[in-house]
Amino acid sequence: MALAAVALCGLSACDGKPKTDKEKQAALLTKLLDAKPGDVIAIPAGTYHLDTSLSLNVDGVTLKGEGMDKTILSFKGQVNGAEGLLVHAKNFTVQDLAIEDSKGDALKIIDGENIAVRRVRSEWTNGPANSNGAYGIYPVQTKNLLIEDSVAIGASDAGIYVGQSDNIVVRRNRAERNVAGIEIENSAHADVYDNLATHNTGGILIFNMPNLPVPGYASRVFHNRVEQNNTSNFATKGSAVSYVPAGSGVVINSNRQVEVFDNDIADNGTDNLSVSSYYSTGFMNKNGVSEAYDPYPEAIYIYGNRFKGGGDSPDGLDFKTLKISMFGLSGRLPDILWDGYVNPDHLVNGKLDAARAICIDNGEAETINIDGPHHYKNPSVGRAEYVCSLPKLPAIVLTGPLAE
Amino acid sequence: MILRNLFFLLALSLTLAGCGKKPGFIAEGNPEKLSDWGMFRAAGGKLAPQDGVVPYDLNTPLFSDYAAKLRTVWMPAGKSAVYKDNDAFDFPVGTVITKTFYYPMKDKMHVLPYDAAPAQDGVAGLDLASIRLIETRVLVRRESGWQAFPYVWNEAQTEAVLARTGATLQLTLGNTDFTYGVPNVNQCASCHTPDFSSKAFAPIGLKARHINKPFLYAEGSENQIEHLVKIGYLTGAPAAAEAPRAADWRDASAPLEARARSYLDINCGHCHSAKGLARTTGLHLDVTVEEPRRLGLCKPPTAAGPGTGGHSFDIVPGQPDQSIMPFRLAGTAPGIRMPEVGRSLSHEEGTALIRDWISAMKGQCDLANSQ
Repeated sequence: MALAAVALCGLSACDGKPKTDKEKQAALLTKLLDAKPGDVIAIPAGTYHLDTSLSLNVDGVTLKGEGMDKTILSFKGQVNGAEGLLVHAKNFTVQDLAIEDSKGDALKIIDGENIAVRRVRSEWTNGPANSNGAYGIYPVQTKNLLIEDSVAIGASDAGIYVGQSDNIVVRRNRAERNVAGIEIENSAHADVYDNLATHNTGGILIFNMPNLPVPGYASRVFHNRVEQNNTSNFATKGSAVSYVPAGSGVVINSNRQVEVFDNDIADNGTDNLSVSSYYSTGFMNKNGVSEAYDPYPEAIYIYGNRFKGGGDSPDGLDFKTLKISMFGLSGRLPDILWDGYVNPDHLVNGKLDAARAICIDNGEAETINIDGPHHYKNPSVGRAEYVCSLPKLPAIVLTGPLAE
Repeated sequence: MILRNLFFLLALSLTLAGCGKKPGFIAEGNPEKLSDWGMFRAAGGKLAPQDGVVPYDLNTPLFSDYAAKLRTVWMPAGKSAVYKDNDAFDFPVGTVITKTFYYPMKDKMHVLPYDAAPAQDGVAGLDLASIRLIETRVLVRRESGWQAFPYVWNEAQTEAVLARTGATLQLTLGNTDFTYGVPNVNQCASCHTPDFSSKAFAPIGLKARHINKPFLYAEGSENQIEHLVKIGYLTGAPAAAEAPRAADWRDASAPLEARARSYLDINCGHCHSAKGLARTTGLHLDVTVEEPRRLGLCKPPTAAGPGTGGHSFDIVPGQPDQSIMPFRLAGTAPGIRMPEVGRSLSHEEGTALIRDWISAMKGQCDLANSQ
């Protein structure tokens, strides 16, 4: 036992925290401070034990490791700073490295255009835990953004979180064991495709929050695998995602012009796909939400997805009761769940006008309107009444240095 | 060995204690030592601003782990700043601002909070035997704009050395062990760029409302704005009585609202503003904000993660225990605490002020669960 302790102390500072590589840390920080536009900062393979957040404020820099399992920035011993890596720069590329166990967000990129995140892993290595940092890969207020071939694990809010951004491609990533796997929030013109979202609380979320400078719209979610997102919600109560039931596949909340097609969505215990308004989050209140905010999901177009299983073990008493009363103990909720809130100003003959409709044209898949406005009193299941179509959104074209 | 000793003596003679270097503007480069700037002299066991280096004080200061602070401003001969009502004054190229962080000391191992000893005003100088110097931050106005340089003091308190990448120091305040973080240059930017997109640094404290108060100069007490005008450091200023004035957060005779807003302004408002780093949150706390929702009233959090503390709104009127704001002010974990940089201890007295402010608010957050 004593021997074991000695051996462990050889690797760490004996207080449970890894020993900080002070010299490597200072060298890395200096490189970031003194970077010039056009620089490529290479970080050799190895695990770097850092106790302070890293930050970059210089435009046109590429930060490059030797692989997401080889160059590892570990923030287990972090005492300083609220992120792992904080970037405030345009024309920024980060690739081939991992950011582990940061105390706050892992990688936050704010206020830049032409941002590429490639083959980056953000992970909290202890797995899902409430004490993990909020976001893994977190660009906010960016323009022309690419996140590809990356991995996000264990975030206590969202693994890949795109906030308040415009012209976005999120593809070929793997998000697992986060509260939200991939979340596109208050962002416009996003293509989310070829991703795997699994074992999160909710797989892929397209959200709009109130009080932010821009509302989100025009997102396409296609050709993703969204499977078994049944991890218990481990977010801290109060955050938007803390209201997402475990077992949610694709979640559209208070957003507009969202197209969901050609996805494989399977075995998500509450619902494979849901469309809901901000009223269902429990935060809607008269004083704290700007008047300009539109809490209703509108112009939602769902078609050609492949649903399998799911809906058989819904999270929360309301959904459990609903399932048992309508479908029995061994039954399941339909693939698509809608909370039933509509903007009364946008009704024509009792239905949303055609341009704002929720159109579901997805073969045999059924939709349940849970009648949220009346506290689930009169839920109803349907299919034919949701069939309609909306103009398809154009593909996102990345521009400038990210043009393909 | 003799050579080494000689070298050591030579080095010592160049430090603050040894040389009477005059204050000066360094237009380029990263000066390695604080003494390169010549802002201070050390004599008779005291660290004092050089002639022309003017100490100043704020109505309500930023909380920095209970450190005491000596602030100074210096300008080249014949130069002066232009007064502004709300923003930082417009300072000329060559201006050097310093902020020295120190603690009253119980013994070598234990530092004490800023209010544990009589305030040292910087006119007579800091009594080095009774304090521990931690760091001096220099903000210099160069041709290209403001630049920041953090210097960390040596143990002998004879020199402070440039630490652009920051530093962490293990300190004990009273009985509490904590990690004091000297910010790196980019972390300086997180507070000192009021228009974050522009990346342009600016001073925070040297605004009319913060310095509009009396200060005890060698020649007697005088309002700081009027003093700066008198010595030729400031032009275009109105009479002090006409200038904005932030409340002293400790002044029990001032309205609670004014004290709380002043505290939030200096501690949070440089990031939490329409153009600051924290603009992405939709929570704006600078003194110009009037809309209650922007100040956090019943406002749902945006990207707080575990920082919500389990609460649904930034401020619930009358309910500090259900409000996110005091939770984050009291928090000490790096992902929870606010401000994010510049402290690792919680400011109990400041948090109590914000709690009192929230307690006194009327109304409630009316949830609208149905249409």
